[in-house]
Amino acid sequence: MSQVLVVTSGKGGVGKTTTTAALGAAIAVTGQTVVVVDFDVGLRNLDLVMGAERRVVYDLINVVQGIAKLPQALIRDKRIDTLSLLPASQTRDKDALTDDGVARVIKELRAKFDWVICDSPAGIERGATLAMRYADAAIIVTNPEVSSVRDSDRIVGLLDSKTKKAELGERIEKHILITRFDAARAARGEMLNIKDVLDILSLPLLGIIPESEEVLRASNLGTPVTLNDPTSAPARAYCDAACRLLGQDLPMVIPNDRKSIFEKLLGRRAA
Amino acid sequence: MSVLGLFRLRGTAPVARERLHILLSHERSNRGRPDLLAILRDEILAVVAKHVSVDHDQVHVTMDRGQIVSRLEINVELQHPANGPIAAEREKAAMTIVHQASR
Repeated sequence: MSQVLVVTSGKGGVGKTTTTAALGAAIAVTGQTVVVVDFDVGLRNLDLVMGAERRVVYDLINVVQGIAKLPQALIRDKRIDTLSLLPASQTRDKDALTDDGVARVIKELRAKFDWVICDSPAGIERGATLAMRYADAAIIVTNPEVSSVRDSDRIVGLLDSKTKKAELGERIEKHILITRFDAARAARGEMLNIKDVLDILSLPLLGIIPESEEVLRASNLGTPVTLNDPTSAPARAYCDAACRLLGQDLPMVIPNDRKSIFEKLLGRRAA
Repeated sequence: MSVLGLFRLRGTAPVARERLHILLSHERSNRGRPDLLAILRDEILAVVAKHVSVDHDQVHVTMDRGQIVSRLEINVELQHPANGPIAAEREKAAMTIVHQASR
């Protein structure tokens, strides 16, 4: 039975695309088939973060409008067989997405893949509501910062009213993924801590991704964080989150990539 | 750390938490319902404008949304038509609506 996830947030720049690529790759590594779908029509970036920007021929809009068949638009990842990308259109605008068209594409993807992960655009407009429309579960990416938490709360309201599941009277499963977390600043009372965010949003936590230079390094190279350096702190945190999605019960730890004094003396990277 | 910094040992996170609690309790209670104060603002101004010409630069609307009480103040400066536009004396219609949350 395939799972359709939406990675959403309301606010831009919190790490939806990074998260989509990282979780997609981490699940695909286990052998399950995964497709990551870019819903950010007009501002596509998932292709770039996945390192597939030069391989895009057809896109989601072409498939929605019947100009291309789904297999023509899917891009198979060069590193992992079981991972595919369905890019967004760069030239069209989000009005080209129709509810019926998205429903048909998601149904076709469900038949082909174990996991369909939809990367939502920022905002609460058509692109964002269609990205969440047919999802079974949502990952709400939140930074420990007031505007991000407020927007996440707004998105929770949309998930509970605008999705197909909500309209059928079913509950859509929702998870919080906290990104760009700085444990030291939270400990000093300079940043909302995990408990603050969870108390306010009252939703279960999927994972805590620490603030790390590795995220930019991986996107510079066009490699999902979980593949670029699997030993790095954000990669370990994303892998834990992926394992939780696959049903494993892991303790919630916040990995860090600070070097110990011993490692600094030896001049080695923290493993 | 400056001398002032020494006194400010508490971080800013508790303030963020408090502000979010107040804001979200308000936003959640209004979710799915039309914004009452915004509807009042538009309808009141429409009624006033029906009877006297209202210069939109002379309309001052302030809103203060609190956790228990919200306040809408509308100040409309009315120009006396008889005295013409140069008249210094103006009537001021002020209206304050206080909306108590029903929770």
